[in-house]
Amino acid sequence: MEKQAVQRAREAFLAGRSRPLEFRVQQLKSLQRMITDRQGEIATALKQDINRSQYDTPLFELIGLENEISLAVSKLAQWAAPRPVERNLLTISDQAYIQPEPLGVVLIIGAWNYPWALTLQPLVGAIAAGNAAVVKPSELSEYSASLLKALLPRYLDQELYPVVCGGVSETQELLRQRFDHVFYTGNSTVGKLVMEAAARHLTPVTLELGGKSPCYIDKDVDLRVACRRITWGKFVNCGQTCIAPDYILCEPSIQNRVVEGIRQTLLEFYGPDPKSSPDYGRIINQRHFNRLMTLLEGYTATVGGQSDSSQRYIAPTVVKDVPPQARLMQEEIFGPLLPIVTVSDIDDAIHFINEREKPLALYVFSSNKKVIKRMLAETTSGGVTVNDVIMHYTLNSLPFGGVGQSGTGRYHGKHTFDQFSHHRACLVKSLGLEEVHMVRYPPQNHQKVRRVRLAMRTPLVDFSKGTYIWAVTASIVALGLLVALTVILILAAGVSCTCL
Amino acid sequence: MNTPLDSCVLNALRATFRSGVTFPEQFRMTQLQNLLYLVEENEQLIQDALHKDLHKPKFESVLSEIQITLNDLYFAMENLRTWMQPEYNIGKNLATRMDDCFIRREPLGVVLIIGAWNYPLHLILLPLVAAIAAGNCAILKPSEICQATEQLLAELIPKYLSQDCYAVLCGGAEDTKSLLKNKFDHIFYTGSQVVARSILLAAAPHLTPVTLELGGKSPCFIYGHIDIQKAAKRLCWSKFFNTGQSCVAPDYVLCTAQTRDALLPALRETLRTFYGPDPGASLDMGRIVTPHHWRRLMDMLEKSKGKVVIGGESREEDRYIAPTVLVDVQESDALMQEEIFGPILPILTIESLEEGIDYINRQEKPLALYVFSDETSVVTTVLNNTSSGGFCGNDGIVHMALPGLPFGGVGASGMGSYHGRWGFETFSHRRGCMNRSWLLERVNVLRYPPYSDYNLGWLRWATTFKKNSWGGCSVM
Repeated sequence: MEKQAVQRAREAFLAGRSRPLEFRVQQLKSLQRMITDRQGEIATALKQDINRSQYDTPLFELIGLENEISLAVSKLAQWAAPRPVERNLLTISDQAYIQPEPLGVVLIIGAWNYPWALTLQPLVGAIAAGNAAVVKPSELSEYSASLLKALLPRYLDQELYPVVCGGVSETQELLRQRFDHVFYTGNSTVGKLVMEAAARHLTPVTLELGGKSPCYIDKDVDLRVACRRITWGKFVNCGQTCIAPDYILCEPSIQNRVVEGIRQTLLEFYGPDPKSSPDYGRIINQRHFNRLMTLLEGYTATVGGQSDSSQRYIAPTVVKDVPPQARLMQEEIFGPLLPIVTVSDIDDAIHFINEREKPLALYVFSSNKKVIKRMLAETTSGGVTVNDVIMHYTLNSLPFGGVGQSGTGRYHGKHTFDQFSHHRACLVKSLGLEEVHMVRYPPQNHQKVRRVRLAMRTPLVDFSKGTYIWAVTASIVALGLLVALTVILILAAGVSCTCL
Repeated sequence: MNTPLDSCVLNALRATFRSGVTFPEQFRMTQLQNLLYLVEENEQLIQDALHKDLHKPKFESVLSEIQITLNDLYFAMENLRTWMQPEYNIGKNLATRMDDCFIRREPLGVVLIIGAWNYPLHLILLPLVAAIAAGNCAILKPSEICQATEQLLAELIPKYLSQDCYAVLCGGAEDTKSLLKNKFDHIFYTGSQVVARSILLAAAPHLTPVTLELGGKSPCFIYGHIDIQKAAKRLCWSKFFNTGQSCVAPDYVLCTAQTRDALLPALRETLRTFYGPDPGASLDMGRIVTPHHWRRLMDMLEKSKGKVVIGGESREEDRYIAPTVLVDVQESDALMQEEIFGPILPILTIESLEEGIDYINRQEKPLALYVFSDETSVVTTVLNNTSSGGFCGNDGIVHMALPGLPFGGVGASGMGSYHGRWGFETFSHRRGCMNRSWLLERVNVLRYPPYSDYNLGWLRWATTFKKNSWGGCSVM
């Protein structure tokens, strides 16, 4: 079944249907309509999957998606146009440009924590770039997956963009097929398997993975605002966000105030009993619930800690003074547990971060520009937000992706289009200027060698210091000569000036 | 070479990288400058090594190995500062109007660069230029097939570049396999598809990103109205340069019977002008790299059902094969099953452009595609209906000499690209950064629970993409 879907998509692609810009725009607008028309059903599916509040859905999934579609529709002609490049003497009369082209049939494997955004945002770029795409939503968010399977064929071309649902074995079957690009969002264990499967076909991959995103809070900061922003980013979607601040690093002197700041904010957000707040989510399934409860074993929560297995509810939880070797610090938490690890100073914090795998996001809260500068310069991560969390995700002109274990490749906005395109280098010459080209043909001699070296040089203009000094000197001398000539001419024309 | 030694070298390089010494612009510039001196001061030694390994004529060594490396170095040094600057020209929305948003280019760490034997100098030094410019440490693994060049690199690199940051490891296939067991932050490989697969499989468990510069059969259309003499010259030059051992050499020709009949005498005349009546005696004609490859090419030639109309002579002692052209070659021919990588040019006859395009699209995507034609419609039709790593109209190979153009494959011909800025980007991580202002917390409040329709409405308005948004104006 999977094989057939891929086969049909390839045939449809080879027929050229997905290429014309008008077609791409029409499909994107149709996708936009699907989201607008079906918002209610999407919100219901998400409530059933993950107890997503009705406000979180538009905020976190749909607004971003709509923006991506609007941007693509508005800029498509520009993105798909040839991009000219600088030439050298040998190519001065030629056309040299980069032409973005579709890759072919791509595979998009979605995730369960933001099943609509993380599956459809890559699709927007794939369509915009002129590809066919097989969409495989995550089976863990089963209501969303079924809804997508029912809806997408009603709005988009059924052969070019099939939806394939299923679990591990269906995914493995899909990965046995040959694609021109595979886009995977999920965890690094499966990411490695995806890369391995793609390797057999020499297929390039984009992997949006995760990791432990550190959040460093400097002494020198407005803790009230910082804690509010961190609390928001950590507990939205019940902590099941790949760029949620995973853990906090701060000096022991401010730890208690940080805890108080978070406690107070939680009261403001969810009231005294988060379980009854309509705005607080649940854990996706029993397995993850159990995993998170195990992480907490042996530690006393400073805030929260309550749970209810029947509802897969875990209260927003903060744990103080967590040692680096704790289980909480060994894997990505992906849940509403927030450990605080104390560090002696910024050097210690930077060292702590660099000892670990490169994270998907890094957060630093400080009013001190030097601290921020050091954090940025001495660490690396997929992306960064300073003095807030998550927000770098929301600006689609910033590339969103990981590095090292947190992933490879990037997307959002134009970056998605570029990721799903082949950038074909094109040089269109004429057969004229053959005299210039004669230098490169055999039989060879010294003069030809010299001339060809000159002709290959780029840039065309020499910007070196020597030439600059020469040019300035020559200009001054020329100007001086001109002035001198003018004076001589005036004198030679006779002394008719009355000032003498 | 054994695994413990690789790991030692790798660990040392990693420690150096962690110290941050490769990050500052000054350091990168100095290393690039030193690499420039390495090439400039050892031109004769380089030419001698290349001649020893590949019988490479001096002209080809200068043009396609030395000069291309120097050009890339000049280009990198002139543009390094610009490339390193954080990119601030980022469009913002209303909600982020007060924020500092930029993209930083950051080094990846310790990268592995595996070279190839056909252009043993530039195929390893151009990626190195990019890796240095991007602030990484690098391990170089030159091709063991070109032993003189390999030795020369192993001797010169430590002399000119920082030994703490860049190492040359020599060895064969087994040694490379064990080297690949280690974790790198990027692997850059130039070579064959078979080896590429095993490299990707070795990289997967470490989630290491990979750039693959492979090859394929690069088709060459000669179609429609064209000055056949000039086309023949450029075709011969690009095909027989380096004795056909270029990943972007035109592999085979597609043309009508009429064009073919006009082409053959033009090819004969051009070859005579280039190499004289006996190419084997010409100083400008190279040799096949190893007896194994010579045997491979002779096998293909023997098994071919095409008719040899030019050349065909060969000499085993010095691995010589004359520039050879065959006609009446079919799709199923022995010469059409794999990349030729030698001085043998099959001509396939087609009746129409569409037939040729269909043929190309039935094969794997090639690294390069060529069209010789005066008719713009022919060039455009081929461009729009095919795909390839790169494309050149009315010439061969030269598109790779322009540093503004990315050089790389697609599909089976490779993934990723380099040359000029493209190399810098390949070896960098693009880190999206947002520096939020402390102000406008009142706006931020809109996003916090407890949620309400009212807040959502405002937030939606503030963050929705406005079609005709103007640059500097902000309502807030």
